[in-house]
Amino acid sequence: VSTSEDMACRELVELITDYLDGELPEHDRVRLEDHLAKCDGCASYLEQMRATIELTGVLTEDQIPAEGKRELLGVFRTWKEQR
Amino acid sequence: VASSEDRVLVEALRAGDERAFMMLVERYGPAMLRLAMMYVSTRAVAEDVVQEAWLGVLKGLDGFQGRSSLRTWIFRILVNTAKTRGQRESRTVPFSSLWSPDTEAEPAVDADRFRPAGDPSPNHWIEGAPASWEGVPEERLLAGETLDRVREAIDALPPNQREVIRLRDVLGWTPAEVREALDITETNQRVLLHRARSKVRHALESYLGEGTAPA
Repeated sequence: VSTSEDMACRELVELITDYLDGELPEHDRVRLEDHLAKCDGCASYLEQMRATIELTGVLTEDQIPAEGKRELLGVFRTWKEQR
Repeated sequence: VASSEDRVLVEALRAGDERAFMMLVERYGPAMLRLAMMYVSTRAVAEDVVQEAWLGVLKGLDGFQGRSSLRTWIFRILVNTAKTRGQRESRTVPFSSLWSPDTEAEPAVDADRFRPAGDPSPNHWIEGAPASWEGVPEERLLAGETLDRVREAIDALPPNQREVIRLRDVLGWTPAEVREALDITETNQRVLLHRARSKVRHALESYLGEGTAPA
């Protein structure tokens, strides 16, 4: 990790998640954005990371089996009767 | 904090609305089962834990105050139920380490893609820096095959990274919700997510880079 103000690409890739969550301390956020403005590789990296998050968001969860659903409906009905 | 949708749902459940209950079961059931499996030894026991947790949710409805979101509350009941059950089984690994990232370093990007120490620009990209995916046609980016790569990459992750990325990026939870639901620290949540996303990005970069030689 560089000791100078300039951020190295190798440092940026480790800070990207904090950056995207808005959790990076102000000083580092400024360094990161300064670096992005002049580094095509890192700008692409950020863009790829955003696309990755978006694509992951397109995935759907598995379905639960019909039998499991029936059992849970039974749990619900029993609870309803007893309350 | 509970949303207005959460409050409507809780009211419906209290009123005995089966459809509201089954909607929640479909929405959260798969994630609950996977999480339960992290605490107990078999799928059968995990299924049992999920049932017990739902019963706990129903019995606790009158006490739901809306200080957390409905899903966080449901998952906290699930995790507590799973922990209790897991403690009855003979375990060698303590639950506290379940959500601790591996202590071994896992760089987001392989070291050999950066310039070495002694180079005029150490730690900057060597040739073959990440390239924009803007040139990738939309139909390729969103094709089933691309999504299969994402799914495979997630399935290959260590379980704790896998569950965190699913909650955050598949289900779209906030960091605070994940922290609360799983009872983990902010740092662990972020490190697990970071490692998971970095690997999925890498898998996509390898796949999308095939056949599109860098300019």
